[in-house]
Amino acid sequence: MTVLTPQRALDGQELRHGNLQLSTVALGRVTWVAPYPGEETALSHALQSACSMSFPGPGESRESTAGRILWSGRAQALLIGPHPSAAIEKCAAVVDQTDGWAAMRLGGASAAQVLARLTPLDLRPSHFPRGRTARSLLGHVPVLLVAIENGFEIFVMRSMSETVRHEIETAMRSTAAREKIPTAHA
Amino acid sequence: MLIPCPLCGARDLREFTPKGAAVTLHRPDVGAGLDAWNDYLHLRDNPAGPTRELWWHGSGCGAWLVVERNTLTHEVSGARLAEEEAGA
Amino acid sequence: MRLASRGRIDRSVSLPFSFDGKLLTGHPGDTLASALLANDIRLMGRSFKYHRPRGVMTAGSEEPNALMEIGSGAAMVPNVRATVQELHEGLEAHSQNRWPSLSADLLACNDLLAPFLGAGFYYKTFMWPRSFWERLYEPAIRHAAGPGRLTTDPDPARHEKAFAHCDLLVIGAGPAGLMAALVAGEAGVDVILADESSEPGGRLLTEQERVGGKPAADWVAATLARLAQMDNVRIMSRTTVAGAYDGGVYAAHERVSEHLGARSKDLPLDCFWRIATRAAVLAAGAIERPIAFPDNDRPGIMMAGALRSYVNRYGVSPGRKAALFACNDDAHRTARDLQEAGMEIAGVIDPRSELPKGDYPVFSEARVVGTRGRHGLRQVQVQSASGTTSLAADVLAISGGWNPSLHLSCHMDGRPRWDETIEAFVPRPGAVPGLFAAGAANGVFDTSGCLSEGKRAAGEALATLGVAAPDWLLPEAENQAGSGKTLWLVEGRARAWLDFQNDVTAKDVKGAAQEGYDSVEYMKRYTTQGMAPDQGKSSNVNALAILADATGRSIAATGTTIYRPPYAPLPIGALGAGAQGKGFAPERFTPSHAACLARGAPMIEAGLWYRPSYFPAPGETTWRESCDREVRMVRSAVGICDVSTLGKIELQGPDVGLFLDFVYANGFSRLKPGRVRYGITLREDGHVMDDGTTARLSENHWVMTTTTAAAGQVMAHLEMVQQCFLPRARLRFTSTTDSWAQFAIAGPRALEVLNTVLDNPLRPEQFPFMACGAVRVGGVEARLFRISFSGEMAFELAVPTRVGASLWRLLLAQAEGFGGGPYGMEALNVLRIEKGLLTHAEMHGRTTAFDLGLQKMLSRKKDFIGRSASERPGLCDEGREQLVGLISRSREIGLPAGAHLFAPDAAPERINDQGYVTSSAWSPTLERHIALGFLRQGRARHGERLRLVDHLRGVDVACDVCDPVFFDPEGGRMR
Repeated sequence: MTVLTPQRALDGQELRHGNLQLSTVALGRVTWVAPYPGEETALSHALQSACSMSFPGPGESRESTAGRILWSGRAQALLIGPHPSAAIEKCAAVVDQTDGWAAMRLGGASAAQVLARLTPLDLRPSHFPRGRTARSLLGHVPVLLVAIENGFEIFVMRSMSETVRHEIETAMRSTAAREKIPTAHA
Repeated sequence: MLIPCPLCGARDLREFTPKGAAVTLHRPDVGAGLDAWNDYLHLRDNPAGPTRELWWHGSGCGAWLVVERNTLTHEVSGARLAEEEAGA
Repeated sequence: MRLASRGRIDRSVSLPFSFDGKLLTGHPGDTLASALLANDIRLMGRSFKYHRPRGVMTAGSEEPNALMEIGSGAAMVPNVRATVQELHEGLEAHSQNRWPSLSADLLACNDLLAPFLGAGFYYKTFMWPRSFWERLYEPAIRHAAGPGRLTTDPDPARHEKAFAHCDLLVIGAGPAGLMAALVAGEAGVDVILADESSEPGGRLLTEQERVGGKPAADWVAATLARLAQMDNVRIMSRTTVAGAYDGGVYAAHERVSEHLGARSKDLPLDCFWRIATRAAVLAAGAIERPIAFPDNDRPGIMMAGALRSYVNRYGVSPGRKAALFACNDDAHRTARDLQEAGMEIAGVIDPRSELPKGDYPVFSEARVVGTRGRHGLRQVQVQSASGTTSLAADVLAISGGWNPSLHLSCHMDGRPRWDETIEAFVPRPGAVPGLFAAGAANGVFDTSGCLSEGKRAAGEALATLGVAAPDWLLPEAENQAGSGKTLWLVEGRARAWLDFQNDVTAKDVKGAAQEGYDSVEYMKRYTTQGMAPDQGKSSNVNALAILADATGRSIAATGTTIYRPPYAPLPIGALGAGAQGKGFAPERFTPSHAACLARGAPMIEAGLWYRPSYFPAPGETTWRESCDREVRMVRSAVGICDVSTLGKIELQGPDVGLFLDFVYANGFSRLKPGRVRYGITLREDGHVMDDGTTARLSENHWVMTTTTAAAGQVMAHLEMVQQCFLPRARLRFTSTTDSWAQFAIAGPRALEVLNTVLDNPLRPEQFPFMACGAVRVGGVEARLFRISFSGEMAFELAVPTRVGASLWRLLLAQAEGFGGGPYGMEALNVLRIEKGLLTHAEMHGRTTAFDLGLQKMLSRKKDFIGRSASERPGLCDEGREQLVGLISRSREIGLPAGAHLFAPDAAPERINDQGYVTSSAWSPTLERHIALGFLRQGRARHGERLRLVDHLRGVDVACDVCDPVFFDPEGGRMR
């Protein structure tokens, strides 16, 4: 019988520059869930009974022992971890996107400064606290950003993930180098 | 320039694409006749002052928006989801 | 000359640097300008037009004269202001706009021709003969005039761009800005305090004043320490806020590492910031106003405030014996500071009668009427009631008062207001929404007033944010701005210079008025006043005043030109930061990318994707050899092609059929599950937007395929149709392009290859043409579509992307066992041209379904996007250009895309144009050069002979018109 060997997106070592680390996130199952018009509440109930999470509002995420669900745009979210139940599929479009997205985790005290080189998003903790999600651009690449403890997760379409990793690494190098600039003589 | 996306909040211009006057939302019927279609497709006001435009938040949440903008001051005074207006 | 024990420089460290090849030393804390003055170098540049010797005039970014080339080789940066460039070890500076050297500039002969070279000279002189302009006049003028040189090598420096967000942006960290930041910081809002200099503090670092009972510089240090304690305050030094834009967005340029000698390759030279803020305080200070008088441009003559900066902040003096020419009390402190620093004061010259006293000669009701000294000031001629005296002096400080730095307030078309009481332009409140001017930028010049202004403006800004300003006790500070009067110009025989950078004189401005260019906008363009890199920061107001006088109007009535961004010159490299390489365009890679590279396939860009052009086999030396072989391989055996780049959109819901009926010109709702249909989408204006196939996997589950190039556009279109026209329809869709690796298996032996990888092999009748369904490959869920873009029996097999690379290797190995292999874009293109299949070469935005021969696909039973417009008579007129096939009559000469078609006996001119070629190929199958194109009434002209001419490539060949499907018109092979 045919044997197919899987290959992970963004294979490779964790990158470190200064206080910053960039690593690949193994997401497991990723399901795109989009409630049909008028079915948001029904979907929320279905999610609640299947995964103990409600459907997130714009820019929100939910987490439970079953997994996470991240708002990922108008009338849609990414369910990370669990497989969708039949009840979910009744009130929402459900697409397996496990292979469509790659994710990186950027950690370190200057993580926000790194992303500020690439995205116009307001990343101040007051505006983008832990658990918030946002769709925006990283350079020219559309991404989904998630604020996590001490850093960010960056979700990107798999085919462009190498570009994004390269851009983030360049910004990491620059941010780390800036921190070594000697302060004023006086 | 920032546009206040009803879903995402104020976002940088580069996440959006302008898509012309919001009259696009009011599509004539199939039998409306060539004049009505010509008007809908090609004839636009060019106001000095408030306008209603369609913008696509394509590098953001994907929503189509009706944005109110003043062509004299560039002030953006509001934005709402196109689907709300279309569904109204 | 370096003064003893003054200045904020570190004398314990010596920094070697070079100027025009000469080795010199300075200290940390110096600018290049102060270090040069410390080395007794006063001649720092040559003027733009007349090559007049010039010295440094200011101590800030407004500097018109001391422009230098910094660095060498590809890293050299021209036009750097020596007043802004901080000194570092190994700094290499060169003067510019001189030949052969700064002190012996032969082009200074222009100065002798000055009577003939006044404003308007170029316009009047070089008009005739017209052809001489480009060949002779312009190159000669460019050699003789102009600022620094550019290197032609790629810029090796790293530039960066970044975004910042805050509630309040404070522009300038002098007394007003520091106070505004303190108040707003204490109120708890997010503050960015941006300051152009290497150290925040503004003039508090240079003036001998006390604030809050201590030396001003100590108060600055204490304030900065306090601000550093606030998490919500961010101080950005070396950052020039350069522009104000819509919605509270400001542009700023940060000089990140220009002040460092050795720097790591990761460190950017500079950073272009976009700062989004809810409110801003403009505390940019003021720029000292010169007085124009005869021969006012000799090295050693500088602004009084700049001289105090050099003496007090940098501990240097451009000379030993100084004179002061001023018309305001504030400037008189210059003489006191210089005296305190141990310099001799030759005299203080002031046109007023009541003057502050001092322990030096004071000339009241007096003016400077001339100066002497070829490469540097030696003598000042003073005219007073008692006659004309000559003072020996090598330094002359000038002050005509101060002009508020209101530039940013003009960036959204707001005009400044002339304030009669201070005789200066001040910002118009509200000119930039959310921007509040404070301190000297608002026309309040004393330190106490600036502190109070900072507090007031912060309070006003906070109020717009809905935040109450905290109570704040202002520190005590000097509260006397002193009195003054204006003096714009001292008349005389010699030239009185206004715009030092563009060599504009007072006489030029009067000349403009005399010749009728009496509006300020005309005067500016006629004289070039204010159009140099310094944008007339120092000189514009003097020029306006002289124009007002010459035209008999008040300054307020004369008006002013307004300032545009950027406030200070920005390097193009910084504006374009991040836009090289992957930052210019993301790279999208297919699952087979690495394997294609390993086979030596040259990659071409298709949108953002990289796809293989062809796969060279051993012995093949040209792309045509490889392409021809791959085409024959597909037609005779089997070929494998990675089609993962095609846009895939997955649609779910009970209303998908209805939705697709509205999107596609042809019907879809009655497509049966397990079947695929070809469709075309139109734009609402009736022209074809894209084509592709949509498969119905099950009742409520569909997959649409778009062309690679149009995937994004189609997705946007679907979003628009759903949100703007069918918001209540029960369906949702998303792009799954990245989730699936999809490979075409095409050729007579396609099924055999396919069956080697399927877990359950298929019989052909099980899976007819245009069928689709789920299959398994190595236990993995896969999708199979029987569609063809080559005219051969073909399948597209889709597996989850993670196993795509693995399946590609496997399919290639299997195909090779059947005499097949991979094929690239070139072969793919030839195969589809042989079959007359369309791409965006044909669907180029101006073609209709009628033009493409697809008019029968336009449904009459339903409304769809583009239906009404597609029925316009003009879009389906028989006389339109229609898709045809073309076959060259020559075996050697091809039919290049872009060529035009003519009747055989017609001259190949536009008026005789019959059509044009869109796609072109050598067909290995037909062994002929073939093409697709559009020809007037083409469908009725099959069999006709035409003349094809491509003027660009020099092609002129006869061709025959035929059906666009060249090969297997019945389609038996793919079925």
